[in-house]
Amino acid sequence: MSDPERLYVITGAPDGRRAALDLVTMVVAQAEPSPMVQPEQAAILRLCKAPLSVAEISAYLSLPFSVVTSLLTELLATELIESRAPIVRAALPDRSLLEAVMHGLQKL
Amino acid sequence: MDSRNSDTITGPRSEDVLPDTATAAVKVVVVGGFGVGKTTMVGSVSEIRPLTTEETMTQAGVGVDDNVGVETKTATTVAMDFGRISLSDELILYLFGTPGQERFWFLWNGLFEGALGAVVLIDTRRLQVSFDVIGRLEERGVPFVVAVNTFPGAPHHPVEALRSALDLSDEVPMIDCDARLRASSRDVLMTLMRYLHSLAVPLA
Repeated sequence: MSDPERLYVITGAPDGRRAALDLVTMVVAQAEPSPMVQPEQAAILRLCKAPLSVAEISAYLSLPFSVVTSLLTELLATELIESRAPIVRAALPDRSLLEAVMHGLQKL
Repeated sequence: MDSRNSDTITGPRSEDVLPDTATAAVKVVVVGGFGVGKTTMVGSVSEIRPLTTEETMTQAGVGVDDNVGVETKTATTVAMDFGRISLSDELILYLFGTPGQERFWFLWNGLFEGALGAVVLIDTRRLQVSFDVIGRLEERGVPFVVAVNTFPGAPHHPVEALRSALDLSDEVPMIDCDARLRASSRDVLMTLMRYLHSLAVPLA
């Protein structure tokens, strides 16, 4: 017998604002799950004991990126998680970053 | 029944757990038409089994899809496969495969923002999609290389003929690849990184 369908929707913050999260923003839990958080948020806290990208969280929870960012926005606001912003391409590419990427690829 | 009991969610396998030092991530996008080998390429270099993330198609996206006139409120979701390469203890590369057809361009906003660059994976039997994709990347200022996935039995065109067919400028690298092979896919990524590196050199 399957579990009952959830009778609520995930809406995120009341004002609809979402934190600036990228697919590759790394998320790390700062606390153990408590009964105070939604089940999906508890699942995120369990998943993110080690660093995990937003894309991976979305994949493991089978939830769309936009829904995951809503959940993460609340967890960030309550400081239950920490986020590490990705390194983004600047107008002028960062040569030392590219060299680090090439060095890593060479080891594959 | 689609249920998500949070106690039963499977996370990464123990060998796929990143070290706590993993602080910096970069992304690269592989874009191409259906069946061109995006997921194969992502999978061949990824250290994890490729995962899938979804995004809900916006109304604007639905409008250009084939279901015009179909009165439905059901949201369409589009899946993107992605993989991961730990470049060092700190630096992680994520590789996203995304469909190139125009109706999926709504996915691009968050995806290409901040991406180091893109690989346009092309199938010589269907060049139109690649042509549109290349135009779009140029508009957005996303640096890219073109990789020709060699399918058994597909006509082999000389690089210069393809470059001309795609109206591609001489600076943009083109490379043949076999997306099934890790070494070959890695070479494509290396070609992209070398190209990005060359862009960082001020022109004399």
